[in-house]
Amino acid sequence: MAEKNEFTDINGKAILLDCQNYSSFCREFTVSSPKVSLCKVIVCTCSVWLFAYAVFFVTENTAVLSSAIIITLVGMMMHIHLVKVEHETLLIIGSLGVQLSTSYASGRESTTFIEMSRIKDIVINEAVYMQSIIYYLCILIKDSGDPNGIASVVPLFQSSKPRLNCLVQVYKSCQAIIAQTR
Amino acid sequence: MVLKIFFPTCCNTADSGLLIGRWIPGQDSAVVLAVIHYPFIPGQVKKYLSETQNQSQVDLAVLGSWSLPKDGQEGMDSFLKDLSTIFPNSRWLQLSREIGKRGFACQVVHNRITPPDPAQGGTDKKDQIIFIHYDQRKVMLSQLHPIHEESPGEESSELRAVFHTVAQSGPLFLLDRYDEGPLKLTHWQSEGREASIVVELSKQASVPLCIVLTWLVSLWQCGIRILNIWPVQFISSKMSTCVQTAYRTNHFQTVFSTKKATSHMEFMRKANIFVSFLVDMSLGLLLVSWLYRENHISQLANTLVKLSLYRFFLYHIHLWISYIRLMSPFIEMILWYVGLSACLGLTFALSVLSDIVALLTFHIYCFYVYGARLYCLKVYGLSSLWRLFCGKKWNVLRQRVDSCSYDLDQLFIGTLLFTILLFLLPTTALYYLVFTLLRLVVVMFQGVIHLAIDLINSFPLFAMGLRLCRSYRLAEGVKFRVLCEEPGTPLHLMMEINPLKCSSVLQRYRTPTYSCYPRDSWVDLCKKLFMGELIYPWKHKTTKTD
Repeated sequence: MAEKNEFTDINGKAILLDCQNYSSFCREFTVSSPKVSLCKVIVCTCSVWLFAYAVFFVTENTAVLSSAIIITLVGMMMHIHLVKVEHETLLIIGSLGVQLSTSYASGRESTTFIEMSRIKDIVINEAVYMQSIIYYLCILIKDSGDPNGIASVVPLFQSSKPRLNCLVQVYKSCQAIIAQTR
Repeated sequence: MVLKIFFPTCCNTADSGLLIGRWIPGQDSAVVLAVIHYPFIPGQVKKYLSETQNQSQVDLAVLGSWSLPKDGQEGMDSFLKDLSTIFPNSRWLQLSREIGKRGFACQVVHNRITPPDPAQGGTDKKDQIIFIHYDQRKVMLSQLHPIHEESPGEESSELRAVFHTVAQSGPLFLLDRYDEGPLKLTHWQSEGREASIVVELSKQASVPLCIVLTWLVSLWQCGIRILNIWPVQFISSKMSTCVQTAYRTNHFQTVFSTKKATSHMEFMRKANIFVSFLVDMSLGLLLVSWLYRENHISQLANTLVKLSLYRFFLYHIHLWISYIRLMSPFIEMILWYVGLSACLGLTFALSVLSDIVALLTFHIYCFYVYGARLYCLKVYGLSSLWRLFCGKKWNVLRQRVDSCSYDLDQLFIGTLLFTILLFLLPTTALYYLVFTLLRLVVVMFQGVIHLAIDLINSFPLFAMGLRLCRSYRLAEGVKFRVLCEEPGTPLHLMMEINPLKCSSVLQRYRTPTYSCYPRDSWVDLCKKLFMGELIYPWKHKTTKTD
């Protein structure tokens, strides 16, 4: 069973939340960011090339033009491979663990899996971000030495930054599964 | 409670039989390792299990039954149910699968040895089951990071327990369904035995070879013990060639020892050193082949002679010039023989180059020391006499500046000396500046060479190669994928190995070296230069010596 909902992120851009219910204790949440906009790409490349042409006009050196082309290509490839996030996925399997996966625009996927025995809780936290206060969902990791302490905090959906209404939906499902299987 | 069953992908199409595996203590999960097919005799199964348990230290048990009915095998189901009485266990799994369907069906039969816990209400809740499919061969060969060296008695991590169980169950995988014997098993070896004649032969040949090489290395070590006698030790600790030789000899001792590596880290270190040494030798041979072609040696000799002569320096000692003029016909021959040492490795050639540069620029070092000492004396003298000029004095006891009343003659002489030193300052400062700049150029060049040597010494080539070609061997964790399910069947997940990141590989498997790194920060360096103190910017990290 899949459900798609539209929400907005903290900057006002539209994001998509997709919930897949594989079983009563296994759910997958995918938050998709908006794709690379053609306008931005055209504006960036045109400005770089105009600047390169101006420099060429002054210096009469053709290496400037070819280096501008190479810089644009390399810059675009690095941007879609390292920076542009397509979707972020949270797969929660009761009594096994939580898997976080980020997939980039070039197809690269980076995955981490956190076992249930290491997870203390999944909570919504507040943070001061620039001039505003935002909510974010995070996983609290148990400390091996101190049974009541927290070793670290793993924030979720960092690139898409959904707002509170989206986070609450994910939070409720996760808490239901954790309570059921603990 | 959710019951997790780790099922190997190689047994997906196995014939009906018994499931052999291990219940993970403390968790509600089981790892299936192999399937024993019909027909079998239960007594022989029990005997085989206890034998394998003794060999592998893994507590194996019969987990349940597996049923994949093929033509002519109807009626197996009732037979399978009766087996739970022969192999007593607290839980008995009955897995079954139909050809054409992808999902498994599972029934758990609880044999209550102890009475049910009244706190739970006395009734068995319906168990929810997850099947996690794993690739047995990859999990067996993989090493989960971060590595915990101590033997796991109580594994708090379920995944670590699974990896450990599969890795230790080597003796179970020796018997196969194609072998002639009382028992027929299916596991990862059934897909086709993996072995290489070359690997096996080299394993057999390596033992006598290692013995011979260890003996040679011990002879060599007795030889270079002469370098530890006091006067020679001072020079040999300064020359990078001797340091590199000692470092490599240590490595040879580790690699050629006849003791098998017990832990993963030891094995990786041995392999890294071996591969790094091979690559070093081949690069050195390449360098030698390039150098000795097309007369490059004589070109190099000419350049060195030209550089060491009065190119930049007008204040050359006459003796040095005549010495070089005397040596110049022989330099080419010396270089020819020294260049042959590059056969021992590129690092060796680089350290020889660094030592040659140090020897040829020894006069620059001498001039730098003279200029620095003069300048330093001048600066101290000036600062002390300036304090006298102001009527103050440096209190050595209190380490501070105090006021002091001087006599008239002290003041007169002090002022005179101050004026003399002040007017001589520009000349001395200029000499100091020139020689310091030259010395810094030489030091930077040597630093670059040492960085290159350090890089070749410490880069873990074997670990990187393993990460690129067999990425499942070094695991950072696992990832799960949900396999498409049919309604009514339990959840099926595919467990894949998440390989270690390249930066983590570099960090964990770096061979420790006698690396040289900057001793002072930039601010300290500038301060020392200004005050005229002698600078030795690169500090060698000394290894433990006995």
